[in-house]
Amino acid sequence: MIVYGVALLSVCLILGMLIGEALGVALNVDANVGGVGIAMLFLVFASNSEKFKALTEDTAGGGIKFWSAMYIPIVVAMAARQNVAAAVDGGMLALLAGIAAVVVSFALVPVLSKISTTPVAEENEEQGAA
Amino acid sequence: MDIIETVFVRNNLIVAFAVIGVTIWFSYLLADKLTNGRIHGSAIAIALGLVAAYFGGVATGGNTGVADIAILGGIGLMGGGMMRDFAIVATAFGVHLSELKKAGIAGVISIFAGVIVSFIVGAIIAILFGYTDAAAITTIGAGAVTYIVGPVTGEAIGATDAVITLSVAAGLVKSILVMIGTPLVAKYIGLNNPQSAMVFGGLMGTTSGVAAGLAATDPKLVPYGAMTATFYTGVGCLLGPSILFFIVSAIY
Repeated sequence: MIVYGVALLSVCLILGMLIGEALGVALNVDANVGGVGIAMLFLVFASNSEKFKALTEDTAGGGIKFWSAMYIPIVVAMAARQNVAAAVDGGMLALLAGIAAVVVSFALVPVLSKISTTPVAEENEEQGAA
Repeated sequence: MDIIETVFVRNNLIVAFAVIGVTIWFSYLLADKLTNGRIHGSAIAIALGLVAAYFGGVATGGNTGVADIAILGGIGLMGGGMMRDFAIVATAFGVHLSELKKAGIAGVISIFAGVIVSFIVGAIIAILFGYTDAAAITTIGAGAVTYIVGPVTGEAIGATDAVITLSVAAGLVKSILVMIGTPLVAKYIGLNNPQSAMVFGGLMGTTSGVAAGLAATDPKLVPYGAMTATFYTGVGCLLGPSILFFIVSAIY
């Protein structure tokens, strides 16, 4: 049943959001802390587990894959509802602050990515040894 | 005319599906014919969406782009936070835990590094523009983190409305620039594997920007970037009105 997959996806999102909201309250922060990320972890665990096979395989899995495929259209709709006019109206200060933050952050991607490649290299060596 | 409007408004989400579908079809056509596939169709679709949002905002004076036009109201629901988060979580289907573990520590570091670096850059720009009070500098710095962290911080530390509006604008510029810029720079910053996507998500942090930027670069990278990006705003809201504000106050 397609709806089983959709329901699993929904339960993951709701659980993740509840935990993210609770984390926000616990940290005294006015925001949801990582709710979506936690929900994604739940779905990853479920889709890698034998116990949830009935909810993630065949047609049930199709219910999740449909929403995964709807991701780009939803992102296009999201772009169309951004407050672009306000961003343009922000003037030079807003423009420069936004641009500078993005440029510096882009430049840091290769620097920090190196941290994650070290254990990968070790793993490759292990595989080579085996 | 009345009949058309009634039907479109009453079925606005369905209208949105049709309008977005046509937009994407047209964008892929342009990508294929005009750029020979060098620019991803979804990148063009996102850019068209942003352009439409600008004109929608100017025409209606509202703050949700084309969604403020009555017959296109469904785009507000389709592209709103609820559907966006639902679809982002769905992209995690089929992700392997081993890929996530590889970038675990780098991902966490990138979230903190991203918040702090963006904050410093925004604060420096604010100082260069002549701001001298700690609340204004902190709020604009927080706006350069994301357009949610800006107002949350500004309200917590008592910044003026004008400064809070500026911080939102800075965050919007960042988010839009990440959407457009990511596919253009992906090659140069090594954004082609799950690990660098997780670092990218953590550094950029704007969920919308990362979501759209990676979609236009390589949809396979989306779940990895989104995973770390969703923690960023929370960390920003945590650090902005507290440690970062204290540091700025100590200097000014």
